[in-house]
Amino acid sequence: MSALLEVDNLRVTFTSHKETVQAVRGVSFAMGREKLGIVGESGSGKSVTCRALLGLVRAPGRVRYDGLRFDGEDLHPADQRRMQAIRGRRIAMVMQDPKYSLNPVMTVGRQIAEAYRIHARATPQEARQRTLEMLTAVRIRQPERVYDTYPHEVSGGMGQRIMIAMMLIPGPDLLIADEPTSALDVTVRLQLLAIMDDLVQARGMGLIFISHDLNLVASFCDRIIIMYAGRIMETCRAGDLHRASHPYTRGLLNCLPQIDQPDTYLPVLERDPAWRDEAP
Amino acid sequence: MIQVANLQVVFGRGRRANPALRGISFAVAAGEVYGIVGESGSGKSTVLNVLSGLWRHWSGQVSIDDRPMAGRRDRAFHKEVQMVFQDPYGSLHPRHTVDRILSEPVAIHRLGQSQARVLRALEEVGLDSAFRFRYPHQLSGGQRQRVAVARALILEPRILLLDEPTSALDVSVQAEVLNLLTRLQRERRLTYILVSHDLAVVAHMCRRLAVMRRGVIVEELTVEHLRQRRPRHPYTRQLISASIGYDRQAAEAQAEIDAEGEGD
Repeated sequence: MSALLEVDNLRVTFTSHKETVQAVRGVSFAMGREKLGIVGESGSGKSVTCRALLGLVRAPGRVRYDGLRFDGEDLHPADQRRMQAIRGRRIAMVMQDPKYSLNPVMTVGRQIAEAYRIHARATPQEARQRTLEMLTAVRIRQPERVYDTYPHEVSGGMGQRIMIAMMLIPGPDLLIADEPTSALDVTVRLQLLAIMDDLVQARGMGLIFISHDLNLVASFCDRIIIMYAGRIMETCRAGDLHRASHPYTRGLLNCLPQIDQPDTYLPVLERDPAWRDEAP
Repeated sequence: MIQVANLQVVFGRGRRANPALRGISFAVAAGEVYGIVGESGSGKSTVLNVLSGLWRHWSGQVSIDDRPMAGRRDRAFHKEVQMVFQDPYGSLHPRHTVDRILSEPVAIHRLGQSQARVLRALEEVGLDSAFRFRYPHQLSGGQRQRVAVARALILEPRILLLDEPTSALDVSVQAEVLNLLTRLQRERRLTYILVSHDLAVVAHMCRRLAVMRRGVIVEELTVEHLRQRRPRHPYTRQLISASIGYDRQAAEAQAEIDAEGEGD
């Protein structure tokens, strides 16, 4: 399998007048057309890593890397013109909360059609047709009705399906999903994952799935990267997560309450300062 | 200790009336930790709002310690019953120091010895006394939630209503806050009602739990039944499978149940 995305020694720093914060400190990974999960707690650098790939880190943030290749082409996140061509068209990103990511004063259908027409030359009629097909693909039952609704009129789960439809309509090769289901109820979450699973497989896309939920990632993805303090602690196959060796991963797993374990007290995660600085 | 019978709450009226609670009943014994699980919109937080007196437009019977609750609650009630809210970023006054946040309830209830009580409350929730003169924005999410717990406990209540106390926190911090709540409950023989969307959290903390959906309790069961996977209601089974992780078949089965549900 040739790599779809290769990242070599990615570093992101944010400098203020007081101090420099290293949000990502040397992250390297390669992925093919697979489902890759990135797990970590808040502040571990998982979201910033993906934003950096898309050139979405703004000043005072600074992105440096030794190499960044996407589908055989060198990426330059700083090259705004080139990134405009790639962002959305080849690499798309689904954000956490549809409430803040959809335009509140534009109907759902028009937003999706707009996303299509920016990347493909199409007449308004064609765009509308493709949009309705896409809404059907994310299992919205009455696409015609939903086309004319505004974002505040749909539920959270529906909103997130609309986001996915909008991101997938230009036909990207890589989809980055940043906590796409954490604002949703558990039962709605499963259906949304099933939809993403089908679409990613049917289109042969790569998926980067960012989440703080270890169990969810382990059951959904093929491979998992565990991040802490801007570094990769461990990379493992999803099925082997419960045999993970790194003490941080073990700590994260142990502090989750389990339905089947009647413990009075949960083990508390002890952080080793060495994890920040050591090379993994 | 807490009895709720046929509790009904309707938001809005006329054509836009939205029944949030459609007649629910349950009882909680003294010293028990009782859980309520459900998804957003199921009415679980509304139950706590009614019990705490934050929401006063309800019908049915609610009694605490065999005293029926009605209308505005008096000061003695609030000394007995305290609540911890979901979002530690929203429930602490941003311009008040920890000291002021904690001494306000002491002043309202005229308990006296404010300083000693504040220091003791901080110690009990595992915060150093150095935190006393900090503002909420100088604290992490877990520290804020400890302050919120300290504020609830400083009046030495016997009942604590917990509305999603850890859902805004990272898993490692969640473990610390849950351990704190467990320890305090045991030491002080407190009665908890814990509301959460996370079945694993409720199963960890509670002996008995109610599963709510669309304003009704669909099932009340013990944690032993939950562990043995013996829920009676299909919705509870769905919640269990959803909380274990992603499962293709569970997702499909659920889409069907939901499709049926849309008909009623």
